[in-house]
Amino acid sequence: MLGASALLLALALMVVRFLQLSWPVWKAHGLGWIVGTHWAPAEGIFGALPFIVGTVVTSVIALVIGTPIALGTALFVSEIAPAKIRRPISDLIDLLAAVPSVIYGLWGIIVVLPLLQPVEQFLADSLGRFIPIFAGPPSGTSFFAAGVVLAIMIVPTISAVTREVFVTVPQDVREAAFALGATRWEMIRYGVLPPAQAGIVGAVILGLGRALGETVAVLLLIGQIPSISKSIFSGGYSMASVIANEFGQSQEPLHLQALIAIGLVLFVVTVLMNIFARLLVGRAKA
Amino acid sequence: MKGVSARRRATDRTMLTFLVLAVLLALVPLASILVEVILKGIGAIHGLSFFTQPPPGDANASGGGLANAIIGTLTMVALAAVVFIPLGILGAVYLTEFASGNRLSRAVRFFAEVMTGVPSIMVGVFAYSILVVLVFHHFSAIAGAFALGLIMWPIVLRTSEEMLSRVPTSVREASLALGTPKWRTVLKVVLPSAAAGLTTGSMLAVARAAGETAPLLFTALGSQYISFKLAQPMSALPLEIFSGAQSPFPDQIQRAWAGALTLIALVLVLTLVARFVAAKRSV
Amino acid sequence: MAASFEISNLSAWYGKRLAIEDISLSVEPNQVTALIGPSGSGKSTLVRCLNRLHELLPGARAEGKVILDGENIYDDAVDAVSVRRAVGMVFQRPNPFPTMSILDNTIAGFKLNGRKPKAELQEIVERALTAAGLWDEVKDRLSAAATSLSGGQQQRLCIARAIAVQPEILLMDEPCSALDPVATLRIEDLIMELRERYTIVLVTHNMQQAARVADRTAFLLGELAGDPGRLIEIGPTKKIFTQPEDKRTEGYITGRFG
Repeated sequence: MLGASALLLALALMVVRFLQLSWPVWKAHGLGWIVGTHWAPAEGIFGALPFIVGTVVTSVIALVIGTPIALGTALFVSEIAPAKIRRPISDLIDLLAAVPSVIYGLWGIIVVLPLLQPVEQFLADSLGRFIPIFAGPPSGTSFFAAGVVLAIMIVPTISAVTREVFVTVPQDVREAAFALGATRWEMIRYGVLPPAQAGIVGAVILGLGRALGETVAVLLLIGQIPSISKSIFSGGYSMASVIANEFGQSQEPLHLQALIAIGLVLFVVTVLMNIFARLLVGRAKA
Repeated sequence: MKGVSARRRATDRTMLTFLVLAVLLALVPLASILVEVILKGIGAIHGLSFFTQPPPGDANASGGGLANAIIGTLTMVALAAVVFIPLGILGAVYLTEFASGNRLSRAVRFFAEVMTGVPSIMVGVFAYSILVVLVFHHFSAIAGAFALGLIMWPIVLRTSEEMLSRVPTSVREASLALGTPKWRTVLKVVLPSAAAGLTTGSMLAVARAAGETAPLLFTALGSQYISFKLAQPMSALPLEIFSGAQSPFPDQIQRAWAGALTLIALVLVLTLVARFVAAKRSV
Repeated sequence: MAASFEISNLSAWYGKRLAIEDISLSVEPNQVTALIGPSGSGKSTLVRCLNRLHELLPGARAEGKVILDGENIYDDAVDAVSVRRAVGMVFQRPNPFPTMSILDNTIAGFKLNGRKPKAELQEIVERALTAAGLWDEVKDRLSAAATSLSGGQQQRLCIARAIAVQPEILLMDEPCSALDPVATLRIEDLIMELRERYTIVLVTHNMQQAARVADRTAFLLGELAGDPGRLIEIGPTKKIFTQPEDKRTEGYITGRFG
């Protein structure tokens, strides 16, 4: 009894504590500080928008790159792979989820950043001339670098959940599609994907939740610059990473409170997204 | 007989190629991480002293080890496991054996899943707000263990609940029909029948917690010294890797790779053993 | 040792749904009493009320009187656990404890309750397994996992487990429904032997089985879909199958419905 309901209590207590500790910020600045663009704790100016933008931009990049890869792996395992290699491949992809995020960060800095440099340069030189979000010069640690590593980190989440959803698509649907002369891709496109739609959306939102809350890997790769820039190749900051980085150093009580307030926003958003996603996936699997 | 049009066949082939490519794109990073961590890590572990020495006082100096972090990780994870694994399993027992199907149990099950999605940094902030702010007034290993425990708890609860609900009702009834009280039935029949599954879930939760950095940043904080004092700051492998990754000093980065190898070995061994236990269990 | 049941005005519910209504009948000592009737007639519910197992399902409850040894098992002062110790049960599907050996399954009634009959252990095991007709087949591998046995052997092990604790009455809820014909015959022979020492209540959907092994037979029926099961009639098996008093019993045994 206690072991079970205490968990609900703990979640509720989290909200209460975050609200309590960040109350002075909400009292002093209302909701306006959330869209404030300037962050200067030493001067007592707290605008959360740079972090919100950074979190959203890195997560969107992660989704754009990670979702097709995750769906591809899930489809490969559930529809294409010979029975013998299904289990090993899905096990290996699950293993990506077991790698600690700080190791993603270390690997990202030392191995991925140098590899991304020429890619960023190329994109900046070509697309960057017309499209501001690709504008150069690339700065090394950036939204893009953080987004790429985040993409790898969310692949196992999205892949595992969509695999479960694909498994629930009845076998007759596949056989019916083949019987009508469909190619394998057409079977997937018209037989498997439509009924799995809600589940896929749920899985992607779960991946998004993981990306929004990811802390140390992003912190190491994003550049830690609290400003809003137009290009994904410049440095920035995210909500989780600014909390991780400045929490220990904050001298002003209001600074600490502002960080917890940012955390509260992040907490509420991820919890709501998780609730929504679980409901979608739950319905898709039922 | 009309063949499949060239266009349809081309689409088919393109898309199937894409699916294979996706698998490669997912597995290449995994291989790269493992290879880099193993090669760089082995190169950086100079003998046994890595496991017995703390880092040198000067981060720029070579030598020393991460004994402080290894001990810290083992201590805090063990402390968290001792408290929160039983709590998770007890909660699951309550849900499956005493409250199955009622509204509370559905809510707990659902929010346990939601709780696994809470950003771990916020779990750290929460542990800070309780144990650092209200109880100790300074950083401590206990606060770190508490944060790690909060990460393990919903994972243990959720997996245990699933494993317990797979124990057939008929086995419970066999015991009850012999005049065994319910609590003895749970203790002597249901839990042993689910033992392998419970072990798997707990080990996965331990593996997950052992790799967490963010919840420790302002709870355990980290320490340069080998320490067993639970009420004092304590180091952990992820914390040392994190500092190393941000460090300008090659020797500290070296130690970070060695720490990464130690951590990944710990986490992967736990994960693989857990899966092995789960696979063997399938009766 | 053999006891009897005196059931009067017994009703049982699953949540709001009434499953059996106002059943009164007696179970005589050292006899096999068969409960027959179509699916949904409440046979299993009735038998699960006789060891108070029914009430353990969420939302389930029962009302009425079941007298065992002069005591109403539904009396407030009576502990359900002690009832279950006095009344053994064998289930539809063999359900040996998967984590226990053949030996441990046989003496599970003692072990699970912390009563260790160390001295007579060997004797109890041999007696129970012999009575269940399993001794010769398993005596050389008592420490093997119970799940290594065939379905029929597992069911006989479950019978041994139930009688090892020397219950006063044995309830059998379609004990052969998951078994092949050969295993079924062995269990039926066993039931006839066990009758010498035990009082047996046997639920079966198989009328030939009732005709072969039962001394008395009760016919239960829920007349319309969703109706609770009621006792239509009870009597000596031969009479029920040859000259039933009620038209509905006759209809059922001659296969006109159900």
